[in-house]
Amino acid sequence: MTFTSTAATTLAGVATALTDGGKTSSGEAALFWVLAPLMVLAALGLVFARKAVYAAMSVVFVMISIAFLYIAQDAPFLGVVQVVVYTGAIMMLFLFVLMLVGVDSSDSLAETLKGQRWIGIIFGLGLAGLLVTVVVSSTFPVAVGLDEANGDSNPVGVARLIFGDYIFAFEVVGVLLVTAALGALVLTHRQRLTRHIGQKERSDARLASGHTLTPLPAPGVFSRSNAMDVPALDPTGAPLEDSVSRVLRIRGQEREFGVVAAEIEAPTRTASDPEVQR
Amino acid sequence: MSLTNYLVLASLLFAIGASTVLLRRNAIVVFMGVELMLNATNLLLVTFARMHGDLSGQVIAFFVMVVAAAEVVIGLAIIVQIFRTRRSASVDDVNLLKS
Amino acid sequence: MTSSIATHLPAAVAFSTASVPAEGLLSLAWLLVALPLAGAATLLLVGRRADAWGHWLGVLASAASFLVGFAMFIALLGRPADDRIVNLHLFDWIPAGNLNVEAGLQIDPLSLTFVLLVTFVGTLIHIYSVAYMEHDVDRRRFFAYLNLFVAAMLVLVLADSYLLLFVGWEGVGLVSYLLIGFWFQSTANAVAAKKAFIANRIGDLGLLIALMLMFATYGAVDFTTVLGGVDGVSQGTLTAIGLMLLLAACGKSAQFPLQSWLGDAMAGPTPVSALIHAATMVTAGVYLIVRSGPIFDGAPDAQLVVVIVGAITLIFGAIIGCAKDDIKKALAASTMSQIGYMILAAGLGPIGYALAIFHLVTHGFFKAGLFLGAGSVMHGMGDQVNMRQFGALRTYMKATYITFAFGWLAILGVPPFSGFWSKDKIIEAAFVGEGWRPWVFGTVALLGAGLTAFYMSRVFFMTFFGAKRWNDGHKTRPGTALSKQPVQHPHESPRLMVWPMIVLAIGSAALGGLLSIGNVFQTWLEPVTGHVEEHEPVLAVWLIMTLTLALVAAGLWLAYVQYAKAPVPVVVPVGSVLTRAARKDLYQDDVNDALLVEPGKYLTRSLVYGDRQVVDGAVGGLGHIMVRLGEVVRRSQTGYVRSYAAMMTVGLVALVAVVLATRI
Repeated sequence: MTFTSTAATTLAGVATALTDGGKTSSGEAALFWVLAPLMVLAALGLVFARKAVYAAMSVVFVMISIAFLYIAQDAPFLGVVQVVVYTGAIMMLFLFVLMLVGVDSSDSLAETLKGQRWIGIIFGLGLAGLLVTVVVSSTFPVAVGLDEANGDSNPVGVARLIFGDYIFAFEVVGVLLVTAALGALVLTHRQRLTRHIGQKERSDARLASGHTLTPLPAPGVFSRSNAMDVPALDPTGAPLEDSVSRVLRIRGQEREFGVVAAEIEAPTRTASDPEVQR
Repeated sequence: MSLTNYLVLASLLFAIGASTVLLRRNAIVVFMGVELMLNATNLLLVTFARMHGDLSGQVIAFFVMVVAAAEVVIGLAIIVQIFRTRRSASVDDVNLLKS
Repeated sequence: MTSSIATHLPAAVAFSTASVPAEGLLSLAWLLVALPLAGAATLLLVGRRADAWGHWLGVLASAASFLVGFAMFIALLGRPADDRIVNLHLFDWIPAGNLNVEAGLQIDPLSLTFVLLVTFVGTLIHIYSVAYMEHDVDRRRFFAYLNLFVAAMLVLVLADSYLLLFVGWEGVGLVSYLLIGFWFQSTANAVAAKKAFIANRIGDLGLLIALMLMFATYGAVDFTTVLGGVDGVSQGTLTAIGLMLLLAACGKSAQFPLQSWLGDAMAGPTPVSALIHAATMVTAGVYLIVRSGPIFDGAPDAQLVVVIVGAITLIFGAIIGCAKDDIKKALAASTMSQIGYMILAAGLGPIGYALAIFHLVTHGFFKAGLFLGAGSVMHGMGDQVNMRQFGALRTYMKATYITFAFGWLAILGVPPFSGFWSKDKIIEAAFVGEGWRPWVFGTVALLGAGLTAFYMSRVFFMTFFGAKRWNDGHKTRPGTALSKQPVQHPHESPRLMVWPMIVLAIGSAALGGLLSIGNVFQTWLEPVTGHVEEHEPVLAVWLIMTLTLALVAAGLWLAYVQYAKAPVPVVVPVGSVLTRAARKDLYQDDVNDALLVEPGKYLTRSLVYGDRQVVDGAVGGLGHIMVRLGEVVRRSQTGYVRSYAAMMTVGLVALVAVVLATRI
């Protein structure tokens, strides 16, 4: 209780420190000029990042920065919600799904649709240019500021509106959330269309298909290296691909036997070195 | 500093989000682009709320967040489902709209 | 010498304007129609369960209707002559804005005459049919149709408006179709029924147009308004209405040029032919013209056409009758000819109306008798209709022979039989008038009487006199053409068939004379047809009568010499050009085919061609263009979400650009 009230007072204090009604204080200006370029860069990371996880992290950065800007703009409630809902829930959900789908699903940036890249670039830039032109060329009224509206603190003001004028929309949105939750359940629920495949069936299938029945060979073990990434050798001396973990292979972190062998050879030659011997 | 700077920033973020949707093929990344566009509009709404001294802008931004949450839940469920059946998260692999 | 027909107009116009509402017994007139209608409905709805007793129900319904009609007749006789036009309002039928049609019955001497004729002769034919159709599995259905026929005809004659008359008119057409095609299992019968139906349709079209003209002119279609308001209508309109009504009458009464269906209508069972020819159906046309008298009185041109049509049909039918070897077709031709007499009389104007109806009544009796007699002969001869294979039947079928003879003498117009009183009057009336008309029409009527005598005597002698030309099994020499015919055992028909024939024979003999005593029939009809003074024909009456009788005697003698004295060849002789033409109904079907059917087929074919090429081409072409267009546009539909997103972005940029451009 004390903590929450203290936090609220602190946030409000920050807000008042940054803003002066409709006018922007120099503190706010500093905050903006620091954050805005970083946000744009991070957003561009979304477009260009090769790996989906990096893209997700840059979006997280943009969202947290937006939360800061909200607080700076006399909207501490929304700022908190932004952090909790967007960054805390939605983006975590994205990361979960990314992990579920597989981190290896990073797509190549090579374009497959004819002309799509040029359309995207030209019209993306065009949209940015046009929107900025619109915003810049528009004349806005003198900013009023939220001092009066936030008289009873910002959450109270927002709550008055939500549970007053917007109560019906609020209820509908509640229904929407419940529906969405149920919808997600239904969508991800896998209906069992075929017979359940248990341990017995799996082992029978394995026998029938003629796969290896024993465990896969262990990767080669060499003392000089974290040898999980080096394949084992079969009796003829050829490397066994299966012995290295699938994840390492997809990541491309597998090492050829020859590379390892060269590394190993060097210490072998200096076997007389007393340090090594020790 | 003028409040217009916030609007310019929001416009840029929006355009970047739109470009993401157009240029990326990974469904999840495309979806994040959509989220970025929603955030950009929210920033606009909050800025306008301050400009006009009316909390309605913030309330609507709040509603946008809630709807976005619902949308993400459904959207990601669909993506998961598609990935399960197709072993791919590329939007280009799903062109059933044709024929 | 008399004045022209048109001067009698006021006398005729006076009719039908003064009618009184029905009261007392007369308000039960709806029973006349309801009884046979109920009979028909019962027979059709109860179905096979009524097979055992259905025919007697039919007879009962018809007889009950006759008794009601007779009661009406007594009630009407109890009224003063001026009060004998009675209207019975039934219900508001079509209350639609300007058109307000009430369904009502008009009971007056004219309609009641028809009611009595239709129900009386109809009942006799019902009784006859009980025996005639005994072995037919569909006897119940037959009686249902007979009842329906009577009901439809009663609606036709009792209606108080042209629209209700049209209902009965269509009803009669429908039932005639059902009855002519009663044995529809044979294609020929079905085709004959269809032919009658289509020929009737053309006439119905005339009645429909007449109805529309009436509505356009008067705003009403009831008899009182239409016939009472003739004075205020131009002669052109009246002529148009009159000609359309004539077209209707031609269709229903088988008059030239719509006569072709009548001969084929013999495909139906013989009682049906009797019913169609004597009591119902073909008399409807005569009724229509007499009922619409004031319209024709106001349109002398239409009247002239009526007379011409009647005269042509009269001769036309007589010529065909002379050559037909089929006993029923010969009788059918005779009907055509006799109806021609009636139409001719009806076209003569007020002096002819009562005569037309008079001849219609007597004709109803003797023609019904003749047809029933023919049916009786067929019954005894195993459904043989070819008169060349009859002969000498008078000893085998005494009752049929005598009753047929009565009918024969009546149609010939031999005094004192019925036909003499009615036909002779028509011939006399045809000689009344000025200028060329009496000479032409009188001569035609006179000639017709002679021809009638010839062909009817021919039928009579070929059937009942001469040597027998049928195979009686043991006496026929083997190896001849005759021995190949089926063996016949001619026998008299059952009593149920003979009694109606006897009743009709009595009517044929006495009715004409009885109704002529003191002009009682004309006086009875006067409230409807108007009172007409005696007119002097252009020739002396005694001369006309003598000429008529002389021609009749000549025709009879000629037929006697040719068909009773001389042997009748069983094989059809080649005959003269005229005979051959007459055998083919004076090529009426060929003319119809050439003038109507073939051009119709060509028209249909060209329309089908036009439809395929032009209409289908346009529609299909449009579709093709759309398909091609769609194929082009389809290329933009890649199915990739990002393409669609790109299009949305393009649209958004364009939209923002436009907004920006208009603002700056």
